[in-house]
Amino acid sequence: MTDAVLAYDEVLESYDPVLGLEVHVELGTASKMFCGCSTEFGAEPNTQVCPVCLGLPGSLPVVNAVAVESAIRIGLALNCSIAPWSRFARKNYFYPDMPKDFQTSQYDEPIAFDGWLDVEVPTDDGVRTFRVEIERAHMEEDTGKSLHVGGATGRIHGADFSLVDYNRAGIPLIEIVTKPLAGAGELAPEVARAYVTELRELLVGLGISEARMDRGQLRCDANVSLRPRWAEGEEPTPLGTRTETKNVNSFRSVERAVRFEMCRHAAVLSGGGTILQETRHFHENDGTTTSGRIKSDAEDYRYFPEPDLVPIAPDPEWIEKLRGTLPESPAERRRRLSEAWGFSDKDLQAAVNAGAVDLITATVAAGTTPDAARKWWLGELARRANETGADLDALGVSPVQVAQLQALVDAGRINDKLARQVLDGVLLGEGSPEDVVVARGLEVVSDTGALGAAVDAAIAARPDVAEKIRGGKVAAVGALVGAVMKATRGQADAATVKDLILARLTADS
Amino acid sequence: MTDPTTLTAAELGGAIAAGDITAVEAAEAHYARIDAVDGAIHAFLHLDREGALAQAADIDRRVAAGERLGPLAGVPLALKDVLVQRGVPTTAGSRMLEGWRPPYDATVVTRLREAGVVILGKTNMDEFAMGSSTEHSAYGPTRNPWNTDRIPGGSGGGSAAAVSAFMAPLAIGTDTGGSIRQPAAVTGSVGVKPTYGSVSRRGLIAFSSSLDQAGPCARTVLDTALLHEAIAGHDPLDSTSIDAPVPAVVAAARHADVRGMRVGIVRELTGEGYQPDVQARFDESVELLRELGAEIVEVHCPNFVHALAAYYLIAPSEASSNLARFDGMRYGLRVGDDGTHSAEEVMALSRAAGFGAEVKRRIMIGTYALSSGYYDAYYGQAQKVRTLITRDFEAAFARVDVLISPTTPTTAFRIGERLDDPMAMYRADLATIPSNLAGNSAMSIPAGLDSDGLPVGLQIMAPALADDRLYRVGAAVETALNARWGGPLLDKLTVGGTR
Ligand SMILES: [Zn+2]
Repeated sequence: MTDAVLAYDEVLESYDPVLGLEVHVELGTASKMFCGCSTEFGAEPNTQVCPVCLGLPGSLPVVNAVAVESAIRIGLALNCSIAPWSRFARKNYFYPDMPKDFQTSQYDEPIAFDGWLDVEVPTDDGVRTFRVEIERAHMEEDTGKSLHVGGATGRIHGADFSLVDYNRAGIPLIEIVTKPLAGAGELAPEVARAYVTELRELLVGLGISEARMDRGQLRCDANVSLRPRWAEGEEPTPLGTRTETKNVNSFRSVERAVRFEMCRHAAVLSGGGTILQETRHFHENDGTTTSGRIKSDAEDYRYFPEPDLVPIAPDPEWIEKLRGTLPESPAERRRRLSEAWGFSDKDLQAAVNAGAVDLITATVAAGTTPDAARKWWLGELARRANETGADLDALGVSPVQVAQLQALVDAGRINDKLARQVLDGVLLGEGSPEDVVVARGLEVVSDTGALGAAVDAAIAARPDVAEKIRGGKVAAVGALVGAVMKATRGQADAATVKDLILARLTADS
Repeated sequence: MTDPTTLTAAELGGAIAAGDITAVEAAEAHYARIDAVDGAIHAFLHLDREGALAQAADIDRRVAAGERLGPLAGVPLALKDVLVQRGVPTTAGSRMLEGWRPPYDATVVTRLREAGVVILGKTNMDEFAMGSSTEHSAYGPTRNPWNTDRIPGGSGGGSAAAVSAFMAPLAIGTDTGGSIRQPAAVTGSVGVKPTYGSVSRRGLIAFSSSLDQAGPCARTVLDTALLHEAIAGHDPLDSTSIDAPVPAVVAAARHADVRGMRVGIVRELTGEGYQPDVQARFDESVELLRELGAEIVEVHCPNFVHALAAYYLIAPSEASSNLARFDGMRYGLRVGDDGTHSAEEVMALSRAAGFGAEVKRRIMIGTYALSSGYYDAYYGQAQKVRTLITRDFEAAFARVDVLISPTTPTTAFRIGERLDDPMAMYRADLATIPSNLAGNSAMSIPAGLDSDGLPVGLQIMAPALADDRLYRVGAAVETALNARWGGPLLDKLTVGGTR
């Protein structure tokens, strides 16, 4: 069943959106949160496990000091206060991928709290800045990964059987929770996307996570609620019931999920219905959400302080030392890059929101001009990412490959059209751009001797057109150029072809 | 050759080191004793003959090679079934873990191996250490060697019975609310709950993480100290482990002198509710200490009266979370996995079938106490009481070196007597619980017999990290009482006509 949705413009006529974003980031520590197991991605299932992360009887957790350090650095980078004393707590619930049937997390005593992150959204009237206030950042452990086999939905309900991989169980996570974010109005979906993008850039800049959404290293749950608009001077209307959309696995999906939920909420509310407080699942293929669990008062995690761990009381001097290790903020970095690259504000903002800044940086580092790099990542590559629903960094082409591609164009060995075919090959895993050019025989034919035969053939085939050109109608040359290009399967340089034709037809007149 | 089972651990260790007895002979003698008497007692759930004899043979080889080993090398020991031992069935007294073989050793087990102690097998206990009688074991009760119609205490009834029936000179117990000391008291043996954090909990199947503490059981104070020293010490793999030197407990056990020590009697742990015989033996112990040169002081710990209530909120709360992992998914019992039930149903069915009634009762209590809306009134309030009890101890220890009380309000009750009355069962730990809540150290030693010929225990309590004081006082009382009785109390014990 498809939910009714209201057109986006209509939503904003009657309602004001309030967002809340919960981002989980997997830390790139070598070992897990509470044991020495490796966190390497992609290993055989259940090979990176031990009694601790399997929750075997008698096992005890030991806190990974690097994870604590990372949590503090994230807190500092998000302008948070760092708690002089914080504790872990147990979040109790039963699920097969949760080895202990409780998650060791932080509850009312998080390590970092009360911060903010400024994000910028390009609009037709220039770039607008929104301050996203951070409620807290806390440490916790990841769960195992379930694979539900059979059944219609791929979820545990109705599955024939389920498999669990505990390699992920116990990987350190930092959960970053915003305060309710109001006032974004029609830009709410863009602000949500800009926040997650900016946050990712900050995390990568800190060097504490690759934060790749396609690998689940950065996961976003988007809380959306609508409240009726109120007139100027009146008390704001109370917050509406929120839904929490999970499974939002790309920057673009964050924006789409928020937009869809706004439209769905509005349709329900306008029809006189009420919003259920529930978890929703986002579907990448059609951009919709469907109902998950109903969140009710019955959902009680029975939090209590983790008795197997001692409180964390970081030395204030250590915190100050960590403050000194913070890199420039993404905003500072952008200002610097903007200057170095000579981009307009809007171009740079587009790069930021596409998650392309690091990719452009790497491409430039590999020898491409900033403008050419931007054109690739925000042009052809962005178009392809859009088509497949993937984020740019998950597309399957590296900055170095893009630089190689551009180098081939610059050398005149391929033209723009051929470059797109070479890119196809790279994305299909056929190797480097050079490999693809060679394997597919895509090099531009610029040898005039070889082209001469094709030109002569084209002239011989269309004496009528040749006559026109001889008669001075030079514009007619296009038909012959097209014929030569066709004959050479696009591998000829069109300008050279034109010159050759005109040279032949105008020389003897 | 002397029968190795009649020797203390210190004597046996000495004889093995001197080459008078081999470790294999010692192990075999104890297995023979177990074969002879454990049918009537049921102290053991599992015997690891092959592993123990191989370990003993290794000790013998090393002794023969002239290696200097520790004082307990080659001495047999009974291990409470709540501690994991690699490859050896470990059940915690529950159906839930029937047939489970742990893939790793508890730190205590590692330390025992390093000390050359030979682990004979795993001892019976109340399921997941919840109980005071060992009747809540899924594998049937253990019987008190002094009278097989009586309970041996709990939860570590198997360990205490094994030691008092001479099936092992040493045993490991765990004490969450008295599970080492109460069984020691009712079986006439010695048991110590070390300072919380001084013996690693890694590999101890958790009941209540903030209270659980493994500790030594033996027939003499010195043996208990030797075992204490072998298992205690910092473990970086247990975050709650204390990084401090182990108090010199063995030296203290050899320094049986209480002259000049101040000994406090806790008024709240005497009198009403205590069996007259128990009170009488306690009063005699007080007199004895006075005669030995101790200064006797009366102290009040007003918040101790709330200890039982606080304990029965904190321990079940932690247990409700600790026992969640027993869900049939990864190990242990799984019920309903026939393709017709969901994962959630399999979890529920497995837990319904795998846990006994007392475990379910405590999971329910704990789940309730942690529930939103009730947390502050129950768990939160209990933690405040815990703080007050800790302060009572601090105030008392500002005035005295140790505190004393009867270990238990009564001697061993009859099997079945309190099964339908959980509150009566819980009261068996009235005097032992405060030390767990405060994280202090405490010991139980034999103080004599009641009119039915059942052992009475004397409890000695010391501050955290002052465990050595227990041994100094315990050894002094033990020496004086043995002199009075003409030998150790346990020498009067016969099991099923044997010995
Ligand atoms: Zn692990």
